[in-house]
Amino acid sequence: MIINHPLLGPRDSSEFVYLGDASLIARPDWQADNAAEAFYDYAYLRDNPAGEHRELWFHEGGDRSWLVVTRNTVTHEITDVEMARDVARAQGRSK
Amino acid sequence: MRYSGFKVIKEALTGHKGWKPAWRDPEPKPHYDIVIIGGGGHGLATAHYLAKVYGHRKVAVIEKGWIGGGNVGRNTTIIRSNYLLDGNEPFYEFSLKLWEGLEQDVNYNAMVSQRGIINLIHSDAQRDAFIRRGNAMILNGADAELLDADQVRKEYPFLNFNDARFPIKGGLAQRRGGTVRHDAVAWGYARSADGFGVDIIQNCEVTGFRIEGGKCLGVETSKGFIGAGKVGCAVAGNSGRLMGMAGMRLPIESHVLQAFVSEGLKPVLPGVITFGAGHFYVSQSDKGGLVFGGDLDGYNSYAQRGNLPVVEDVCEGGMALMPMIGRARLLRMWGGIMDMSMDGSPIIDRTGIEGLYFNGGWCYGGFKATPASGYCFAHLLAKDEPHPTAPAYRFDRFRTGRMIDEKGMGNQPNLH
Repeated sequence: MIINHPLLGPRDSSEFVYLGDASLIARPDWQADNAAEAFYDYAYLRDNPAGEHRELWFHEGGDRSWLVVTRNTVTHEITDVEMARDVARAQGRSK
Repeated sequence: MRYSGFKVIKEALTGHKGWKPAWRDPEPKPHYDIVIIGGGGHGLATAHYLAKVYGHRKVAVIEKGWIGGGNVGRNTTIIRSNYLLDGNEPFYEFSLKLWEGLEQDVNYNAMVSQRGIINLIHSDAQRDAFIRRGNAMILNGADAELLDADQVRKEYPFLNFNDARFPIKGGLAQRRGGTVRHDAVAWGYARSADGFGVDIIQNCEVTGFRIEGGKCLGVETSKGFIGAGKVGCAVAGNSGRLMGMAGMRLPIESHVLQAFVSEGLKPVLPGVITFGAGHFYVSQSDKGGLVFGGDLDGYNSYAQRGNLPVVEDVCEGGMALMPMIGRARLLRMWGGIMDMSMDGSPIIDRTGIEGLYFNGGWCYGGFKATPASGYCFAHLLAKDEPHPTAPAYRFDRFRTGRMIDEKGMGNQPNLH
């Protein structure tokens, strides 16, 4: 698989480390009343879709940036690559 | 029809005209006591034990394709019970004992071959860990034997003992481990279950569950609605997709694992070898091919095929372990979809929906677990309580912090 890095251009996926579902960006508030339940959900439960999947890849063998890659889990086709930083900021995180 | 040596001779003398199909091809009935989704090894084993041990005959196994077309036909056929943790070892040892009696139990030649498995040791720390593991195995009634380098060399003289980076210092052997003809496991269980009156319905895809008032009444399928007192799901690899239809999110990701077979060779490898410094395991099939595999590709996938970087990685592992493998040509490689759970251990449990039961999360250890998985799932379906060897395989262990994490990797499914 070739991941089209927004800054570096097309890179082989073997340069990257895979973390998992991009929902991991949305870490729950540890001070909320339902924090225990929210963290159980966050840490352990996954949508695990067959089809389009937004997921986190880390460019360990490159510029060490985190990317959000939109990839089809049935065909391995990659349709979108974003900087995870931009995705997180758009969600109001990572000020 | 019972298979026997006598029957083979009789058929040989009468032109092989008396063989019958090994199982029927029935249309679904409107209602069953128990419907099992998934005609793989685990689903068919569940049906066999439900009928034979627990006396349930109004059972159906429904399969979207053909039986045995998923992971039971895609694995590297290894059986063993060399686990460390209390939640796992009794279960896998129970499984190995069932393997030992499987062929008589189902009257089918599954070519169970206890040729032994050796996990190689490459460092002092690894030896300590394997001694601990061996002791845990023995405490749970399994067999384990610590070998030094000379003992390993006697059995496998061609291994790369003097590798500068990963010298072989010894091994942990389980003599009762080995290999099984994997397809025959599915066929044997299917034939046995069918003989007890279980309906095996192929080409019948589940499209949804009928759930009313928190109770599962049956399944919607491509062949219409099938009512059920209880529904058991055993579709590891596709668990997320199936249970999603019941509105459940699981502590599971689906990942692709590749396996490989070389061209047929004369006998070179008497048992199963695992490389302790990388991730590589190899045995030789009775047809002569070297059957081997390694790590997951590492990303979510439902594709049943992997990518080339892992092919390279696995073959490097093979070359580091036994350089002579470089002389063999690769014949085929393929991928299977694994339910990778959050702690690397399976789940056999009720769900929050009455009448809906789940069996999955087998990671890449599902084949060796087939008999015990079927037995324990049948126990749960029949008695509504976990089998004594599988009480720890609960959904709520993630919520309560009672993980069974053999490798200590945490909630990172692609590392288990």
